[in-house]
Amino acid sequence: MVATTPLAEIDAHPSAGAALDIEQVSHAFDIDGTELPVLSDVSIAVEPGEFVALLGPSGCGKSTLLRLVAGLDKPKAGTLREDEARITRPHPSRVVVFQDPTLFPWRSVWDNVALGLEAQGILKSQRQRVDNALDLVGLASFRNVYPHQLSGGMAQRVALARALVNDPKILILDEPLGKLDSLTRITMQAELVSLWQRKGFTTLLVTHDAEEALVLANRVIVFSDRPARVKADIRVDRPYPRHRGDPYLGDLRRQILGLLGLDATW
Amino acid sequence: MSTYSLSDGLASGAPRASRAPVLATWLRESGVGVLASIAWIAFGVSCLWWEDVGDWSRTHSLGIAAFIIAAIALFGTVGADYLGSPGKALHKRAPWLVALGVFLTLWEVATAKFAWLPLPFFPPPQSIIEVYTDDLPKLLDSVFASVKLQLGGYLIGATLGFVTGVSIGWSRAVGYWAHPVLRFIGPLPATAWLPIAFFTFPSSWSASTFLIALATGFPVTVLTWSGVASVSNAYYDVARTLGARPSFLVLKVAIPAALPHVFVGLFMGLGSSFAVLVVAEMIGVKAGLGWYLQWAQGWAAYANMYAALIVMSLLCSGAITLLFSIRDRLLVWQKGTVKW
Repeated sequence: MVATTPLAEIDAHPSAGAALDIEQVSHAFDIDGTELPVLSDVSIAVEPGEFVALLGPSGCGKSTLLRLVAGLDKPKAGTLREDEARITRPHPSRVVVFQDPTLFPWRSVWDNVALGLEAQGILKSQRQRVDNALDLVGLASFRNVYPHQLSGGMAQRVALARALVNDPKILILDEPLGKLDSLTRITMQAELVSLWQRKGFTTLLVTHDAEEALVLANRVIVFSDRPARVKADIRVDRPYPRHRGDPYLGDLRRQILGLLGLDATW
Repeated sequence: MSTYSLSDGLASGAPRASRAPVLATWLRESGVGVLASIAWIAFGVSCLWWEDVGDWSRTHSLGIAAFIIAAIALFGTVGADYLGSPGKALHKRAPWLVALGVFLTLWEVATAKFAWLPLPFFPPPQSIIEVYTDDLPKLLDSVFASVKLQLGGYLIGATLGFVTGVSIGWSRAVGYWAHPVLRFIGPLPATAWLPIAFFTFPSSWSASTFLIALATGFPVTVLTWSGVASVSNAYYDVARTLGARPSFLVLKVAIPAALPHVFVGLFMGLGSSFAVLVVAEMIGVKAGLGWYLQWAQGWAAYANMYAALIVMSLLCSGAITLLFSIRDRLLVWQKGTVKW
């Protein structure tokens, strides 16, 4: 498309998405000895390369599910599999972008993006990948800047580059655009879609914004209140780029808000 | 656009200032520098005008030196435009030069000339200069001994404190055993160990090193520990999902994140170790500035005491300056840190 060589180089080794199987997963927190159930018998099968949005009332346990997928926590019951292999611990093939960019303030932008490669001990031979990832999010000229000098949108872009540099098979997005202003959010939504289309990773997006889910995902899973159960699994069969005013998406949105008990307000 | 032209108009209407008398402008710019020069001339005159009440050999040289400084202040002020950054530096410090000149003049008059202050206890400036010229070898030996002792003890204490702090912050098992010990022994002033240390250690030098290390180690340990403990879990989560092993989490996440705390500990440790150093030198070690102070007091050589005190404060201040500049270099990523 555009004649920027770094992008072509990245496309030379694209990361195809992995399948994700969430099978009868239940989870609970121990709070002062009492058990607080957060996920109840959740089963979702995600195809390789799918963009799945997880939508639900706030505090329902969506983010907990993401932590289980990332391997940061272990479920109380059930199994999670990435391409048939059981998920037991974090792995750079499943990278999370959190709501806060959580950049390391003592590292420059470049060093933040290099974090994954450095942790895996392959940075020395693959420094080019860091430069490419920075090009990808359009922050190549900010490589030597420290995080406190970045705006919120730029910091979240760096966090995205830090995830993408690992060529993840599953990209896990935990409300990554939640704290951005609405203009930046719309821009970054478009960027996310084009990155996903170009690289082909499987994407799991937690959001509380029905519109965002419908503009981005080709599947929207609606959760109930805590403990979260799958309430609906909606296919969004529309080509990209999607238009916010699309009446088809408008119908779906009304339907989703109805499921969340908000139909009276819309 | 219109606001632009408006402000342009205001700016061009400004040459009212240049119409004011040139002399007044010059005085406003350079008055303090001239005043500094006058203050130092006053000091020089106060040295040379009256006879000394005692027998001091450096009065004349001190007077000459004061005139030289006055001359430098004057030429530096007049030629500030041609001197660049030294000129600016002088301009910035001119008020201090005035204060110093006035203070020295008063000191000179009150001691050497009219002895308003009782004499052996309040020596005049020239007798302190005399110490620096005549007793230099002994003073340098003392400085060297103090620096050696302080540096050895401080580095040992800081290193051990850092390692202990990281271990307690990181490992629950280490914390279980180290925490009660630290709580029991840590708050004890290191000087309380002095009597025991001096007869259990083979030499007074090793005993003092131990005490200085102890005084340094406690604050460094506690602050390193609290620094490591307060690192946000989100950082670890990020690093773990990116494939970080435990060693990476300690070395590349916990320690850099805790570093601002560590430097507070190093700063506090430096302060308390100075106190221990001086006491240890006064009581046990037969060398160093603390010992020099004690020795000078024994001979009622009050000028030597003041001379040693000035050197000591320069050294301590220099050590803290060094520590802060290391910190500023390592923590460039922080904004708005405390300046020294």
